[in-house]
Amino acid sequence: MGLAKRIIPCLDVDNGRVVKGVQFVDIRDAGDPVEVAKRYDEQGADEITFLDITASSDDRETMVHVVEEVAGQVFIPLTVGGGIRSVEDIRRMLNAGADKVGINTAAVFNPEFVREAANRFGSQCIVVAIDAKCVSDASQGSGENKRWEIFTHGGRKSTGIDAIEWAKKMVDYGAGEILLTSMDRDGTKIGFDLELTRAVSDAVSVPVIASGGVGELKHLAEGVTEGRADAVLAASIFHFGEHSIEEAKRAMAAAGVEVRL
Amino acid sequence: MNTVAVIDYGMGNLHSVAKALEHVPGDHRVLVTSDAEQILAADRVVLPGVGAMRDCMGELKRLKLDAVVKQVAHSGRPLLGVCVGMQAMLECSAENDGVECLGLFPGTVEPFGSDLRDPLNGQHLKVPHMGWNQVDQTMPHPMWKDIMPDTRFYFVHSYYAQPAGPEPVAGSVVYGFPFVAAIARDNIFAVQFHPEKSAQAGLQLYANFVAWDGQV
Repeated sequence: MGLAKRIIPCLDVDNGRVVKGVQFVDIRDAGDPVEVAKRYDEQGADEITFLDITASSDDRETMVHVVEEVAGQVFIPLTVGGGIRSVEDIRRMLNAGADKVGINTAAVFNPEFVREAANRFGSQCIVVAIDAKCVSDASQGSGENKRWEIFTHGGRKSTGIDAIEWAKKMVDYGAGEILLTSMDRDGTKIGFDLELTRAVSDAVSVPVIASGGVGELKHLAEGVTEGRADAVLAASIFHFGEHSIEEAKRAMAAAGVEVRL
Repeated sequence: MNTVAVIDYGMGNLHSVAKALEHVPGDHRVLVTSDAEQILAADRVVLPGVGAMRDCMGELKRLKLDAVVKQVAHSGRPLLGVCVGMQAMLECSAENDGVECLGLFPGTVEPFGSDLRDPLNGQHLKVPHMGWNQVDQTMPHPMWKDIMPDTRFYFVHSYYAQPAGPEPVAGSVVYGFPFVAAIARDNIFAVQFHPEKSAQAGLQLYANFVAWDGQV
């Protein structure tokens, strides 16, 4: 009995429309963020994350309207990531009804931005997103030498920064939560990078959301039991109707993880 | 038509609170306002709050709304405090090196600190206390109508309220140790969690609020 581990579906939004082919059997418009968010809410999602992948900054205003519409009809926490680069970007999203914003690349270029944002709006709404990739081969050593570095621009650009040190630094700067994505596992469906997740979760005092690699329901529970994550984020496993959030929660509960049912 | 005033003092999620109030059934109009007259004329008042206590109390005082909230508290009209809005109802908070608060309830607001542990296994607990936790309804109250015992609500906070005595405790929650999830007295009800982010259970709480006459 206590705090539940969270399941967070993540939706990619391009110019106001949900992309990556969300499929529900009886949904009227699978591209409508409001409809999709409502569906996940009904299934028992603990939060919803929108990732704005709109390429053109001219179209970013569209995301503000998406958040406004969703926040008027879905009453669970909403996080918006993608393209958050200034205090003004954050203010607009929070005013539109977002509860948290995800900061990724902008934090790498300017760590002080995280401090400024946390001071201004409170740590509780600042999620620092970290894309990490393994840069040493465990097979060459005992595994203790394993290192991860952070990457920007969707995992394309290396920074040379150690992921665990970076996570600690971001928490010192005021991050209230870490969204940790393994670039090695993203899209593979073979499960989270549990070593990475555990290393980061043990290193920081704030909640960690595990992301990248979920292909089966058992992976979600592993993220918590072995990765020590406080929440798990997944996209495709829910979008294509393979599994509902409710099924995922029942599987986690069966594995001994406390969830909100 | 009756009115619900959501006090606008520039702190965070008041629009979410207003949207939730608009969403629940009832013949009520929701006003997001910092106007003392409107607040004092409203049938019901909500004091929301997100962020640091120093900023919250600073803005309340700057807008001269601290006195207005106290007036509402003594008027008999239903007053709902949410999150930092609840914490602001105590006498003082340890946040930001100490902040004097509204003093509607005797007691203080304390930090979880950096060494919060699970008493069962000694494991470190993350701060903020973030997510869905079970609320024990320690007092029967019209605000708990149609909400099952031990229902989960969404919390996000790094400080917790510590009333001077057990009398006002209407709900409790456990994270490392038991602490206050809701306090109540007469026409005042206040919650540490965010009903506007707590799905059906939270909407039920707001529905109860717009139906509540302030009597217990």
